[in-house]
Amino acid sequence: MTARLSKALAALVLLLAPLALRDYFLHIAVQVLLWGFIYTAWSMMGRFGLVSLGHGAFLGIGAYVPALLWNDYDVTPWLGIPASMLLAALLALVVGYPATRMRVVGHYYALVTLALSQVVLLSIVALRDVTGGSLGMTPRAAGHASWYALQFPEKSQFYFLALALWLAGLALWLWLERGMGSKALEAINEDEGAAAAIGIDVMREKLRVTLISAGLTALGGGVYVQYLMYVNPETVSGVGVSLQIVFAAIAGGMYSLLGPTIGALLTLVLAEGLRVAFGTHFIGAANTIYGVLLVLFIIFMPRGIAGLVEGLLARPGRAAAAE
Amino acid sequence: MDIYLLEAVTNGILLGGVLALLALGLNLIFGVVDVVWIAYAELVMCGMYAEWWLTDSAGWPVPMAAVAAVAVVALLGVLVHLLIIAPILGSAPINQLLATGGLLFFLQSAATLLFGTDFRNLGLRLPVIALGDIFISLSRLIAFFAALLGAAALYLFLSRSFLGTAIRAVAQDREIMGLMGVDQRRIYLLTSAIGGGLAGLAACLLLLQYDVHPFIGLTFGPITFMICVLGGLGNMIGGFVAAFIISQIIAVAGYYVSIEASHVLAFVVFIVLILLRPQGILGK
Repeated sequence: MTARLSKALAALVLLLAPLALRDYFLHIAVQVLLWGFIYTAWSMMGRFGLVSLGHGAFLGIGAYVPALLWNDYDVTPWLGIPASMLLAALLALVVGYPATRMRVVGHYYALVTLALSQVVLLSIVALRDVTGGSLGMTPRAAGHASWYALQFPEKSQFYFLALALWLAGLALWLWLERGMGSKALEAINEDEGAAAAIGIDVMREKLRVTLISAGLTALGGGVYVQYLMYVNPETVSGVGVSLQIVFAAIAGGMYSLLGPTIGALLTLVLAEGLRVAFGTHFIGAANTIYGVLLVLFIIFMPRGIAGLVEGLLARPGRAAAAE
Repeated sequence: MDIYLLEAVTNGILLGGVLALLALGLNLIFGVVDVVWIAYAELVMCGMYAEWWLTDSAGWPVPMAAVAAVAVVALLGVLVHLLIIAPILGSAPINQLLATGGLLFFLQSAATLLFGTDFRNLGLRLPVIALGDIFISLSRLIAFFAALLGAAALYLFLSRSFLGTAIRAVAQDREIMGLMGVDQRRIYLLTSAIGGGLAGLAACLLLLQYDVHPFIGLTFGPITFMICVLGGLGNMIGGFVAAFIISQIIAVAGYYVSIEASHVLAFVVFIVLILLRPQGILGK
């Protein structure tokens, strides 16, 4: 009963938030939802030991392809974003298939995916005649709220789009979690050989989550550009972004439904809070503290905040069951 | 043969020397401690800043500053191990990689905080040497030979000295060596110090050719990882060979197309090779 009540209350808060929040806080809320979606997409594969340091590659494709199609060929993002999702999934397939086949795991997997994000980053920079290079680019503005252009200058309007996207991401996470695939992947993560021996199709299971995760990350990137109306290669495909995705997901707790979102909330609030506290006088001060906190998180809370909370909640229950 | 191509190839070889040194340090740490320091290139950045600051602000002569910079980064290496790696030595390898990733953010922003985002250099003007028809800058030659010397010294230390033998033994089998009375903690600390020292040496050599700024690690870091993986993580000779392969690809493709395209090609070659031979080019 209390669970249902708190869910209804949370829904009410999320729906009414745009009325109460000032633009600045609404801006943070939209970012938390969008990044929360992207981190959730990453954790769909990350929590099964497929730790990708290359999601910047998919984010970059998702960000640039629809914007370029819109600017150069007048293609609506409604077609551009699915196209970029397909492209990201295709890239994930091209790298993921041989990686699975040759059993590239652990450090090697992380570094191969890191190289992949560098390929996309440097390609965007190299194709500066088309993409604008390191200076970035701006999607052509429709000038008013438009479903066709998927542009909503009003933050409160965009908020609902971001909310819908985020909820869809959570729903997909739950669907994956409840399917047989999730059990299979857990088994594969424990012992790939043994999993294959009891008839689990390792290739299919791994590729399925990899492709879904890559496609959703591209989707997140596409919507993010529609919101910011600006994109540059470092902010979507740089090493920093790829690391950031992994950090936030782990800090929040990648084994829980809301973990990645908590990670997004934590990292954004932390970054903004430190930025406000230190102002622009000490460029770098905020990030210095941020870096230290990340190290501490990894050392002391490897299961993240959500994992910690779940552990605390589970303890009394377990004690009662033992009696 | 085209004279400019020859020059590109020569420069590629010279760059390969410094990259090989970087890869050696990272490989040593991976082989012995079994950890990837994702912030390794940021330690190099610290070394570059140390040398620059000591010459520019403290007024030390360059060679003295260089030696001090090597010591500083070696000490940093020890600190990284003590403060970050040692507490989580038993947890998943990816967590250790990520913890040093946090260090990457920290070092980048700390450098920004201390020195700003300006590009700094030693202000040295070393002459350019004409070898027949091609021109080579002396700074690159010095860097190349110093890197080779460093690599040779490491090789001799690991193969001839008692401690070096202990380090190699731990790399082969850490459990057995513990039983044989080797203090692993000391070996790990020593390895981290040597790995840091190599980063410091590479920093001094890079500062001869490049300006230092807080984000320079991002230029060398990914390439260094690619080289290590290509050679087979932990395989030093493989890393040495891979450094020259990668630097040739970058130099020659950079000559034909563009710098970015050459890096794209290097990363693509890396991905293809690693998917064909995950154990590295010289792996068994």
